[in-house]
Amino acid sequence: MNSNHSLPRIRYSTYLWVLAVLLALTLISVLITYMDLGRFTILGALSIATGKSFLVLWHYMHLKHENRFYLAMIALVLLVFVAVLVFTFLDYGLK
Amino acid sequence: MSSENHSCQSNYLTFKGKYAGVWGWLFSTDHKRIGILYLYSILSFFIAGAFLGLLMKLELIAPGSTIMRAQTYNGFFTLHGITMIFLIVIPGIPAVFGNFFLPLLIGARDVAFPRLNLLSWWIYILGALVALSSQFLGSDPPDTGWTFYAPYSFRTGTNMLPAVLGAFILGFSSILTGLNFIVTIHRLRAPGMTWLRMPLFPWSLYGTAWIQLLATPIIGITLLMVVAERTLKIGFFDPTLGGDPVLYQHLFWIYSHPAVYIMILPAMGIISELLPAFARKPIFGYKAIVVSTLLIAFIGYFVWGHHMFTAGMSGTAQFAFSFLTFLVAIPSAVKVFNWLATLYKGSIHIQTPFLWAASFLFVFMIGGMSGLVLGALATNVHLHDTAFVVAHFHFIVFGGVGYAFMAGIHYWFPKMFGRMYDSGWANTGWGLFFSGFLTLYFPMFILGMKGMPRRYFDYLPEFHGLNVISSLGAMLMLFGLAIVLINLMRAARRGAAAPDNPWGALTLEWTVPSPPPVANFIDIPTIVTHPYDYSILQPKDLSK
Amino acid sequence: MTPTESHRDDVGAKIGMWLFIFTELLLFGGLFIVYAVYRYKNPVAFHFAAEELNRGMGILNTILLLISSATVAMSLTAVQLNERGKSLILISITLMLGVLFLVNKYIEWGDKWGHGIYPGSEKLLELGHGEVLFFGLYFAMTGLHALHIVIGLLILTIALFRVKRNRITSSDYVLLENGGLYWHMVDIVWIFLFPLFYLIV
Repeated sequence: MNSNHSLPRIRYSTYLWVLAVLLALTLISVLITYMDLGRFTILGALSIATGKSFLVLWHYMHLKHENRFYLAMIALVLLVFVAVLVFTFLDYGLK
Repeated sequence: MSSENHSCQSNYLTFKGKYAGVWGWLFSTDHKRIGILYLYSILSFFIAGAFLGLLMKLELIAPGSTIMRAQTYNGFFTLHGITMIFLIVIPGIPAVFGNFFLPLLIGARDVAFPRLNLLSWWIYILGALVALSSQFLGSDPPDTGWTFYAPYSFRTGTNMLPAVLGAFILGFSSILTGLNFIVTIHRLRAPGMTWLRMPLFPWSLYGTAWIQLLATPIIGITLLMVVAERTLKIGFFDPTLGGDPVLYQHLFWIYSHPAVYIMILPAMGIISELLPAFARKPIFGYKAIVVSTLLIAFIGYFVWGHHMFTAGMSGTAQFAFSFLTFLVAIPSAVKVFNWLATLYKGSIHIQTPFLWAASFLFVFMIGGMSGLVLGALATNVHLHDTAFVVAHFHFIVFGGVGYAFMAGIHYWFPKMFGRMYDSGWANTGWGLFFSGFLTLYFPMFILGMKGMPRRYFDYLPEFHGLNVISSLGAMLMLFGLAIVLINLMRAARRGAAAPDNPWGALTLEWTVPSPPPVANFIDIPTIVTHPYDYSILQPKDLSK
Repeated sequence: MTPTESHRDDVGAKIGMWLFIFTELLLFGGLFIVYAVYRYKNPVAFHFAAEELNRGMGILNTILLLISSATVAMSLTAVQLNERGKSLILISITLMLGVLFLVNKYIEWGDKWGHGIYPGSEKLLELGHGEVLFFGLYFAMTGLHALHIVIGLLILTIALFRVKRNRITSSDYVLLENGGLYWHMVDIVWIFLFPLFYLIV
């Protein structure tokens, strides 16, 4: 095992493109709040937020170039958190 | 290289580093010295906590106020709980034996982040001091129990803040230890030690570390919310501000139930290390034990609701949590069957560590079975908040962690201190402790079924007889404990020199001198076999 | 010094940082659970309380953090290319944006304070249970987030000096990489806080 890795060099322009997409998504999420989506408002806003954090994880935090092990760890953490939320709502949602 | 050779020659106890004397211990980044620091701190707290337990049992020897007032009793069971849970059993085995033996067991020179490791110990001491300061500063000592249930924890006039903050700080120590162990196990295993050649104690520490990492932050933020509620009057759990006290219980147990597995998994790991060594047989079902360790760690996350069956949860949630509680019993039972199968037709050497391990199996099974009684909805409603619950978790937490800790210390003592203890006294102490333990806690099952509530300094006259037996058991148990501890302390200073491998065990820590050199291994070993391959032993080795 | 202390393991350091990030995310996770439960129980009050917040300020802070995430990521590329001057500028921009974020937060909180809305205030208690819970969570979650911004700024300041003194180089940059990871984590938390407090009304 080589202990001192080197991350591939990522072009400045890649980061800037990702930034542009992130800003666009922010704009969209602001705009859709002016539409009346009813109970889909929360879902819409959270989906866009999830998409944005995926972009940050994938590009800015270099998951695209990292060992899949990091992805597995994040999936585990996410699974645990979502499951905890679901189990909490087994109580609150059905009371 | 020359300095490395030099440090390989002197052992870690006598090594002279940058600092001399006691500073050489308090500022040492050597995982072995840090393990010993934890050992001494945890044993000191344990003696204090056990003494508090004895005082409570003396109070309960007769109905009415015997030796203390009701409020004193409330303070005692709170302090007893905080000390035992946060200062002893949660850090306990990982901090002491994990620190000392994880690098030795996987063939590493130290943990991945030695300085962070030292910092964890300092944070632990800081947290302990803050938590214990609640007894001496300000108003009356805390009286909520170790669970800090809302809304009482921010309404009571007692000195809650230091206790809550102390528990928060201790969480940091636990998280950093877990983080360190995960990176250590991923990065520093000796060449050739594949995941499935790793001994079972490191495996259990790995599962534990993940729970420490993923569950502790939840209690951290929950305790901070209690602090904010108490100091800034932010409404989180106070019903008069719209908050929901039951949500506090959810958040508290989202951590505190997995915390039970932080306690018990390393204990199971020690037992899995010990039984093959004393049965002179490979462990039965190595992979099944590994898988069940990870399953317990994972499922154990989603059973927290079984602490709240009477708190008014939805029926669906009650059903789901009860079902998962039964589910998590399965991997635990898998382990017990594996241990029994390891012993079957083994060449069993009945020595002190084995006695502790065997009695672990006994008390752990009673604890586990009584857990199922509590995990079933109907019986839980009857038994909730009775002495039955207290008996159950003492069988699991004290019987599980305590016995495994004792098994571990008697097993590894020769390696840690380079000296042998007197096995006659050690066995006597074990016998008294074991009898006292059963006499102390078994009657509490019956008392609970008859309806004696927990956390009261008083009880109805019809419970008197069994309480007397229980209190006498407490004295017998502590007498046995005193013999065990005095025997070990004497041995640490005056015991006969220990050989490198007194038990004829095969894991890596027994291949280095006792006590180990500072750098652990002169050359990092290359692993070619399974850790418990006792078939390679010759008949003459078996006769030892 | 024991012989082990000189051991260098960048991958180990990076795994360690990721694990630490997980604990931070779950620390916020506890608050998100509380938010979810109370929003579920008080939908109307949360709706009206959210309208009290300054949406423009929220949008501005989101943009600041997103840009700062991009600049800190680019500073790593600069270090890899041995463009030290560019890297120093990029880290400095990140620090500046982080400070601006805090200034905005301060103005925003100060504004609420000025209107008598702060934890335990009489005006807040008059508003009703749902509002008390909403603003309690607002102050707690944005406050904890601001604290993490401060920690991130400290880490990146250390990284800045190390780059300056040539201690972070194209062959040894894990500290900057980890500092960046931490900063992105702070950004991700904000990406969720922003819609939950400012947008869903």
